[in-house]
Amino acid sequence: MNYIGENLLPGQLGHFFVVLAFVSSLVATIAYFKATNAVDPADEKRWKKLARIAFGIDFLSVFTIFGILYYIISSHSFEYFYAWNHSNLSLNTQYLLSCIWEGQEGSFLLWTLWHAVLGGLLIFRGTKWESPVLTVISFMQVCLATMIMGIYIGDIHLGSNPFLLVREKFADAPVFSRADYLSLPQMQDGQGLNQLLQNYWMVIHPPVLFLGFASTIVPFAFAIAGLWKKDFSGWTRQALPWSLFSAGILGLGIMMGAAWAYESLTFGGYWAWDPVENASLVPWLVLVAGIHTQVIFNATGHSLRATNVFFILSFIFVLYSTFLTRSGVLGDSSVHAFTDEGMNIQLLLFLVIFLVPSFVLYFMRYKDIPHINKEEETSSREFWMFIGSLVLFLSAAVITWQTSFNPIYNKITGGTTAAPEDVEFSYNKIQIFVAIVLALLTAITQYLKYKKTTRESWLKKILVPTLVTAGITIAFFIFSGLDYDKKGIGFQAAIYLAFFASVYSVVANAAYIWAGLNGKLKSAGGSISHVGFGLSLVGILISSSNKQVLSYNTTGINLKFDERSKEKSLENLTLIKGVPTDMGKYWATFVNSDSTNKAGNISYYRVEMMKKDSSETFTLYPNLIRNTKGMEGFSNNPDARHYWNRDIFSYITYADDMDKREDTAQFKNYTVRVNDTIYYSNGFMVLNNVVPNPSNNKYHFKATDTALMADITVFSKEGTRFTAQPVFYVQGNEARYMLDTVYAQNIALAFSKVMENQQIELQVKESNRMVPFVALKVYEFPHINILWLGIIVMTIGFGLSVVYRSRQGRLKAVNKI
Amino acid sequence: MKKTHIIILIFIAIAIAVLISFMGDLTTYDTVASAREKEGKFVHLIARLDKTKPVEYDAIKNPNYMRFIAIDTLGHSTEVIYHNSKPTDFEKSERLVLKGSMKDGRFEADEMLMKCPSKYKDDVEANKKNLSSN
Repeated sequence: MNYIGENLLPGQLGHFFVVLAFVSSLVATIAYFKATNAVDPADEKRWKKLARIAFGIDFLSVFTIFGILYYIISSHSFEYFYAWNHSNLSLNTQYLLSCIWEGQEGSFLLWTLWHAVLGGLLIFRGTKWESPVLTVISFMQVCLATMIMGIYIGDIHLGSNPFLLVREKFADAPVFSRADYLSLPQMQDGQGLNQLLQNYWMVIHPPVLFLGFASTIVPFAFAIAGLWKKDFSGWTRQALPWSLFSAGILGLGIMMGAAWAYESLTFGGYWAWDPVENASLVPWLVLVAGIHTQVIFNATGHSLRATNVFFILSFIFVLYSTFLTRSGVLGDSSVHAFTDEGMNIQLLLFLVIFLVPSFVLYFMRYKDIPHINKEEETSSREFWMFIGSLVLFLSAAVITWQTSFNPIYNKITGGTTAAPEDVEFSYNKIQIFVAIVLALLTAITQYLKYKKTTRESWLKKILVPTLVTAGITIAFFIFSGLDYDKKGIGFQAAIYLAFFASVYSVVANAAYIWAGLNGKLKSAGGSISHVGFGLSLVGILISSSNKQVLSYNTTGINLKFDERSKEKSLENLTLIKGVPTDMGKYWATFVNSDSTNKAGNISYYRVEMMKKDSSETFTLYPNLIRNTKGMEGFSNNPDARHYWNRDIFSYITYADDMDKREDTAQFKNYTVRVNDTIYYSNGFMVLNNVVPNPSNNKYHFKATDTALMADITVFSKEGTRFTAQPVFYVQGNEARYMLDTVYAQNIALAFSKVMENQQIELQVKESNRMVPFVALKVYEFPHINILWLGIIVMTIGFGLSVVYRSRQGRLKAVNKI
Repeated sequence: MKKTHIIILIFIAIAIAVLISFMGDLTTYDTVASAREKEGKFVHLIARLDKTKPVEYDAIKNPNYMRFIAIDTLGHSTEVIYHNSKPTDFEKSERLVLKGSMKDGRFEADEMLMKCPSKYKDDVEANKKNLSSN
């Protein structure tokens, strides 16, 4: 059948370039392999030339694929499944990129794109390591190309093609029996981008994170190259800037994700130990361990074996996290894992194909890897750095176990184990001790010298920072304190210890930049990163321990408290429209929910917050976003008020608009004259007067208008009085009326007709669904900015180290010649 | 034996101890009947909302109290109390994972996960439905 209106060229081109990327990276792998193993220099040169051309073609191919996919999405070619499933017409331009990484194929594409860039840079550098390192990277490119190939070999389907047409994806759907199916309304627009991803963080977080993931291959490839060529130590200096770069970017990418979670998810925090978060944290921890052993080796010759293991593992953990988050084994346990798209076996193979050969090679060469038999001195820097690396690694191992045990165990045995009662605490109670040890080590180790340190000089130098830290901790304890006592005194003590250790890390490293390095910032990258790490820990400790729920419910029926409900529940507070409600330090008033965004899919709830001493007022706009992608209902999107030292964070947990329940109550008509009485269920009302053309604070009619206002007083059984003033008016020869509502009594009044004999018709409705309200949750996060500042400082530190170490590496290389 | 080796062994011992304690904290997925047997113990109850019975929630009276009947795949049902706000589209949910414990014949849920007919994860299928309708 000839379908009308399809633009098939981009898809065909796209698929052609996918195949080309696969073939060219395969050629590059083989050619680089041959070049690495070549004995004859002329042979090597020829292979290398071929390999570079092939890698160049791969580079161009992946960029072209990306460009074509972007073109398909931005031109709204909804005949393509990717555009149809992940975008729609109303999407802002800046989110078109997010559509690419919403899908599994797009994120693989992003990954392979970064490998192409990194590989290109390594070729550009052109050292003797080019051939073996690029063999590994090219092979990775082959594997990633298969992920987006979407071909069938027999029954096995290999990868998932981003250029699939909708009619190919849903081949059995009846609509495709028509040649003009594209003119049908359901093909005129796409399904849209998940509402939660329409956030600026989601434009930049995935590329940065994937650059972090992708760059872990560089130290891995260098380690493999060293083992392969039996040049075990030649690569460590050259690879150091790369591993630093990778750790810096990966760390930044992870925390950008945390910032997104903080801003648009409603669990009230930035980190939830979700499997997907853990899966990205683990490679970072192992990579940082590897960086430290690499530095040790460069300075002393110790720890080369460990460096190899760490770099291999950090890359393997990236692959493992890919398997975990994309294969669907996580199922219910993660909010943002991808689903099983029938690629489990391929993903598992992807992991195994790197894991097994790397470790086989490592153990084959193990005996030959140079090591120093003499042990490190306990007073040496390298000894304690090594301990630190070990702690990082074990922390990663424990997190991996905790994350993967349930899904994998249940998958294999069909068991029914589930997460612990308090998932976050099951991680926190372990990682707090990791944080303590690491922070202490970063504080004291800088003051140790390599090889051996004399006790006196070390004590003298460390004394001042220690006293300063002790002072700060005590002052903090007195003036502020950490209020987290839910988990008992032991854990609270651990938090204090961690606080001391983190401040120590900040102070000691800052002091070291002055005292140890004479303020030479160029070479202080390591210390700056440690300061950032310490600051981040301080921010995490204060913001999560002193996080406060402001919206504790003070109203409502009295509930039987059981021990558990004390902790979590009762955090929602109902605000009735226009009624100031007690919310801790504030009076909160729900003003209205009238404003929406341009597309009309977001409603903003305006909540005025006023300090009880009236010293400050501000407005929060927590909002509800209508879900896209065929999902019913709304997503609640938080709003926060930022201060330098705290955030007030709010989101809607329940709004009456959300239900849009049918109001079944009917208006009842009454014919009355002045001074008549109407009874309702909770009292009566009296028509006091009928005022022509009223002009008061509510209505502004002019003498030339035709308007009548009924002035009514409502008397409730409780003895309270309310005024209601419905209006009847004529505009453009048409009778209209304005309702008036007495929310407190749930009645609506309308002045609907003017009758003969000075009588009027009033309509009264009693309803139990009249009062507009929202239920809110409001938190206060103190000092969360310290965390973000810490991350920025840490990233700057990594950046400085990259520059410093790559210059150092080059100078060393020159000296050797 | 080297110091480093001793330290590594100590660390590994700590790690194992920590993991054993973690394994002790693990809970289970349960049905209504098996949750009843473990009264007072924290479990993950997998059930669905009984749509024939009313869901009791009035945010004006108390936004932190919700009561409904859940029914599991074996047909057993239980009353559930959830001290939190009612999630959007609760009535449309197809499956519930209730975290909490049985208490006096009622299930006290601390946390609740809903599976809706079309969540993000299953969007392809939902989208397919959109395609075939109208």
